[in-house]
Amino acid sequence: MKVLLLRALREPATTASLSLPQWDLLIRQARHANLLGHLHDLLENATSVPEVARAHLLAGARLAERQQQSVRHEAQELAAALNAVGIRPVLLKGAAYVLADLNAARGRVFADVDLLVPHGQLPQAEAALMLAGWVSGEADAYNQRYYREWMHELPPMQHLQRGSVVDVHHTILPPTSRAHPDPAALVANARALQGWPGLAVLSSADMVLHSAAHLFHEGEGDNALRDLVDLRSLIAEFLAGDADFWHRLVEQAHRHHLCEVLALALRYLDRVLGVAVPAAVTHALSPYAGNMARRLLRDQMYGRIFTPLHSSTKDLLTPLAREALYIRAHWLRMPPGLLAQHLARKAWMRVSDAGEPLQAEQP
Amino acid sequence: MIVADLSPSALRARLAGAGLRFAAGPFAFRVQSPRRDVAEGIARLYAAHPLRGDDDFIDFHVAIRPGRGLRRLLRPQVRFVVDGLEPFKPLPADQAMPMLEWGLNWCIAGYANHLLMLHAAVLGRGDRAIVMPAPAGSGKSTLCAALALSGGWDLLSDELALLDPATGLLHGLARPINLKNASIPVIRSFAPGVEVCGPYLDTTKGTVALLRPPASSVAAAARPRRPAWVVFPKYVADAPARLTPMEPAEALLALADNAFNYHIQGRHGFAGLCALLDGAPAWRFEYGHLDEAIACFDELAGRTEQAA
Repeated sequence: MKVLLLRALREPATTASLSLPQWDLLIRQARHANLLGHLHDLLENATSVPEVARAHLLAGARLAERQQQSVRHEAQELAAALNAVGIRPVLLKGAAYVLADLNAARGRVFADVDLLVPHGQLPQAEAALMLAGWVSGEADAYNQRYYREWMHELPPMQHLQRGSVVDVHHTILPPTSRAHPDPAALVANARALQGWPGLAVLSSADMVLHSAAHLFHEGEGDNALRDLVDLRSLIAEFLAGDADFWHRLVEQAHRHHLCEVLALALRYLDRVLGVAVPAAVTHALSPYAGNMARRLLRDQMYGRIFTPLHSSTKDLLTPLAREALYIRAHWLRMPPGLLAQHLARKAWMRVSDAGEPLQAEQP
Repeated sequence: MIVADLSPSALRARLAGAGLRFAAGPFAFRVQSPRRDVAEGIARLYAAHPLRGDDDFIDFHVAIRPGRGLRRLLRPQVRFVVDGLEPFKPLPADQAMPMLEWGLNWCIAGYANHLLMLHAAVLGRGDRAIVMPAPAGSGKSTLCAALALSGGWDLLSDELALLDPATGLLHGLARPINLKNASIPVIRSFAPGVEVCGPYLDTTKGTVALLRPPASSVAAAARPRRPAWVVFPKYVADAPARLTPMEPAEALLALADNAFNYHIQGRHGFAGLCALLDGAPAWRFEYGHLDEAIACFDELAGRTEQAA
């Protein structure tokens, strides 16, 4: 099988039969997918990992440990800055997994800290963060407008001394997108963090829904597989603590108009990672799963996205699938007229910026 | 089999094709390049390194490739590629060999976070090793080259000390020594017959030459050593060679300062450095002449051997 990483993620025990060149390839695929630390965690007790491969897994785990320590520190700094003006931020994604001490945090690496504040408190939050040393690195007027008018977050802010980046969200999907989760309900249902009085995280079901929404609405395929692995860890841990979790998840998906996203996430959790989804849940979401033709097209596209971005896994259609994902993500977050305008504008900016390297995370 | 067992044409064919696989200490590399100067450089600098086969694990898959676009017609360039990524900007084509060396350093320093990595030269004698951390310009590489060429010490590395915090042992690489600027003529006159590639002019580090590691060092590179001395060298023109004991606490801070990934290792790094200094007393070392310096190191090693 070509994608060794997917098989290792689905059935870690099968790595016992890998040859040394296969281990070599598995390590490289995991590195490119930002999953070395996670794989270390999955194989921690396996006795069959050769020493040469174990060294690379351990290196990934060390890097992850270090980043988690940084994230804890950043969260503390962010809480101090925002609590001072009466805002209790809700941590999202990776930072939430770390501070809530969830299994999904183990071995995970980070680019930035995402947090949610109520829309009405956005100006105070931005001012408080600027006072504490975070500045917006986005100088381009169009990009500033893109974020502020059409997106669900402020332009990324970077700390002057530490270089850490924070993304401040006021809801979990762009207001221009067709799905409309209720941000007030998300904040109202957020739960306090033990040991971290000034911070909160989303409720379990909302956390899963947000991770799924992020995965299918953001146009970056780079961490798609890692995000899917996050979802698997979250669902497994929440199910272990709450037998009724599937039911709660579907209920919240209805409430936040995120049934389509949840249906997609569960489809690929099943197909890519072999997660068992109860038939009743699949049935409840079937009206949102799209017709056969759409499903087939999406499978072609996402089949190429949920794979490590390594030369060993690419085929002729991979670039097309990645471009399609970028456009699809934007399609989901903007009405068609605005999208056409935005893509034309970005295309023009790319051409006129020729010579400047493209930012990896352009909106 | 070692690299020197391949004929020049066989070596070139491997580099231009599926890649040359060889080991340096604990790491295995696969290098691809269509360039003749890379093949010649590897033949000279890595002659004694053991080859690896198709069924071995490779730690780093790298390539030196020609630059892209029209620029190559005017000023040819080379690119360093590691498993599909390009961590550096292209360099002028005549710096292909230094670029390969820096690229391999980058792979280790960037990815081998299971080890604590110090910016330090490491030399071995028997089962023990000396760690010599120092900032650029302190004469560390020159002293390291002279010790390795003197025959009394094995070269483990001229600038990357690899400490395994789990075992407390140092891994060797026995890769080419990077000589810069004034140290090139010093080493050439110290050991006239030695194999040197370069000089490469106008690199980001000035004039650079690459020195072939002694074959005996390469043969012994796979054996990890126990750190027994930490020495912070400083070249002072015409000063007599002098060792001064250093407080362990001060040495720990200075070592951490010279580490590539102390911040990533966290508590493992702190514990690793504490254990290192428990077994290896630290010294400041001033020297003005290489011969005196070598005699001083030999005496230091002799003293410890007697004590043991």
